[in-house]
Amino acid sequence: MNDTPKKPKKVLNKAKTKTPMREQAPMDRIMNFEEVPLGYNEVEAQQEALRCIDCKNKPCIEGCPVGIDIPAFLNLVGQKDFEGALKKIKEKNFLPAICGRVCPQEDQCEMVCTLNKPDKGREPGGVGRVERFLGDYAVEHNLDIMPDIAAKTGKTVAIIGSGPAGLTAASDMIQKGHDVTVFEALHKPGGVLFYGIPQFRLPKEILLREVSGLEKMGVKFVMNYPVGKAESLDSVRDRFDVVFIATGAGLPWFLGIPGENLNGVYSANEFLTRVNLMGGYKFPNGSDTPVKKIKRIAVIGAGNTAMDSARTAKRLQPEVVYLVYRRSRLEMPARIEEIHHAEEEGIDFNLLHSPIEIIDDGKGAVGAILCQEMELGEPDDSGRRRPVPIEGKVREFAVDTVVIAIGQGPNPLLSADCPELERNERKGTIVINDVMQTSFENVFAGGDIVTGGATVILAMGQGRVAADAMHRYLMTGNPQDTEGDQSEVCPNLT
Amino acid sequence: MGNKIVYVKELAPLTKLFEVEAPHIAERGKAGQFIILRVNDEGERIPLTIANRNPEKGTITLVFQEVGKTTEMLGLMDVGDEIHDLAGPLGKATDIPEGKTVVCVGGGIGNAVVWPQVQALKAAGNRVVAILGARTKDLLILEEEVTALADLTIVTTDDGSYGRKGMVTHALVDLIDEGETIDEVITIGPVVMMKFVCKTTEPFGIPTQASLNPLMVDGTGMCGACRVTVDGKTRFACVEGPEFNGHQVDFDELITRLAYYQPEERSSLEDYHRCRMEEAADNLPSNQ
Repeated sequence: MNDTPKKPKKVLNKAKTKTPMREQAPMDRIMNFEEVPLGYNEVEAQQEALRCIDCKNKPCIEGCPVGIDIPAFLNLVGQKDFEGALKKIKEKNFLPAICGRVCPQEDQCEMVCTLNKPDKGREPGGVGRVERFLGDYAVEHNLDIMPDIAAKTGKTVAIIGSGPAGLTAASDMIQKGHDVTVFEALHKPGGVLFYGIPQFRLPKEILLREVSGLEKMGVKFVMNYPVGKAESLDSVRDRFDVVFIATGAGLPWFLGIPGENLNGVYSANEFLTRVNLMGGYKFPNGSDTPVKKIKRIAVIGAGNTAMDSARTAKRLQPEVVYLVYRRSRLEMPARIEEIHHAEEEGIDFNLLHSPIEIIDDGKGAVGAILCQEMELGEPDDSGRRRPVPIEGKVREFAVDTVVIAIGQGPNPLLSADCPELERNERKGTIVINDVMQTSFENVFAGGDIVTGGATVILAMGQGRVAADAMHRYLMTGNPQDTEGDQSEVCPNLT
Repeated sequence: MGNKIVYVKELAPLTKLFEVEAPHIAERGKAGQFIILRVNDEGERIPLTIANRNPEKGTITLVFQEVGKTTEMLGLMDVGDEIHDLAGPLGKATDIPEGKTVVCVGGGIGNAVVWPQVQALKAAGNRVVAILGARTKDLLILEEEVTALADLTIVTTDDGSYGRKGMVTHALVDLIDEGETIDEVITIGPVVMMKFVCKTTEPFGIPTQASLNPLMVDGTGMCGACRVTVDGKTRFACVEGPEFNGHQVDFDELITRLAYYQPEERSSLEDYHRCRMEEAADNLPSNQ
């Protein structure tokens, strides 16, 4: 009996479609703030992992902004080695429970998956779902899987902002052996993951758990500390060897139509912050931050934030939630899954409607929103067909609340105190080079503060690229010095 | 890790002064800036102006009136207690001119902000006249502190129980009529008062800064709750203010916006009172 046990042959699951994930029924979930998809159990996760055919090219790794060895972790899940799979993921991504939920996998790893043949009715491997399962498995089993941490370098890193870019950079830099301190202006960590993404898409407990994992690895968090105000950037640059600015999004855009300062008009940022960060949906028992009782609400916009706002509003149980968008369905920037969820929950989509005025109810609050009906004309600069007004067709929606979700500028707090830092004059974003270095040698930047507004995973990807560059900068003095280093320079930044 | 309260003083009924440990704010804060605090983990974020600071001791002074649940809870705290969260200094500092004649017009709790402004103005070599208004004598705060610094201090009370009877605007008009050459007016207090101070100075072309107090949630340039209309444009008080050219501010809009959550704030306070009474009742020795 000295034979080494033979590696069991992998039995593929040849199902054409993803193992279904159980979710709360629409009529139930609009009555609560609990998560919508319920996640896989061990059997389902294993089943789905066994759909991976271990193809030769492994395009999914390339398709992942943080380069996770996806076939390797799926393989381990296939063998029910969940801890091993977690370790594998954590080599590249310390935040699987978050990424599994908020990454647009359909545009990344799953889009390029060899299995993905929509014309043949074959779906890609459910990478995101299995990743999420593993993240949750770690939470349920209280597993603290710590990646290897390199020997201490004695170098210090300051990370400004604890959103997706900041957390990713923090995780990478601590693993590379540096001493990492994260400064956060708000009272909770996570940036948009806390104030923006609703509880029903990313439970705050999951986020806090991932953050405490970073703390266990040695990352120091300083809350309520708005750098630029509490301390100048220059002073932080003096105190630390390298600085990463990841201050994220800032002041919301408004439409510039009459009535936008009436009571009952919120930016999506304010609406979501009141509900998510401040827990306003629990007011007055469990939160002191009020959210008005809403009867009829219109959400303007069609991106992910608009879907989050509309679905959050729905859970406050108004009579109706309108979604108003000036273009057509084809141009909606939100993820298909989010649109689908919103529709299931009974959000009333009003496409090709462009708001022209918010009407006063006579008491300084919103009474209605007036919209111009549109049709699609010739393509514009963005290649999308330009909406043009249909003459004489105007529609009024009686509402008491309007949420404007049409985007925002970069956060102004730090930049305002440091005019010497080079910025894009029009957009206010921080200017960086191809290794994410700013006009200050020891200051790097990434996430929405340089893109102006993108997705969580893009911000995470940038946190990763910046960490690699900062590491090279700390070790060799040259962030471009990629000799013998496999990290890439910054992928197509917009 | 909260910020420890090191000194408490009752300035007037329901009006307290706290000195709180916050070394980096004490070091960096300037007149006109504010902080945001929470009293507990379910608490709302409320902005309070920095009334004074002591960089050597690493403390800042906050003055507040107990008008809602959060400020009442704050009022129950004492020396040694820690404020759950405290972030700052936020907002832009007051523009301090040099070698000019400046009149600071404060009302009610706003006088707490006149104090650091007079300090900063005097330090920059200005002649400073302070007009401090209150409804009645008992509610007048920080008179001594301001009088010690300003070249001239005029106190007004609505009911005439102390100082001049009347509004701060009456005192301001008299000052102008007496021929005082005023280069600038800075005003802080109830919105209606600021509105009328601005209306008073406008015909004389006296530049007037008004320190606004809109609703805020994050207070760090993210949510846009604090937007005000200035010169027909939307501006964000938490990062572009809180001080704006008072002749261009739409005060009526600000008044309406400030009132939006009043029903919720009232019910929250009533709930809180009921809870505290029930708690007190539970703690009474039971009758046999």
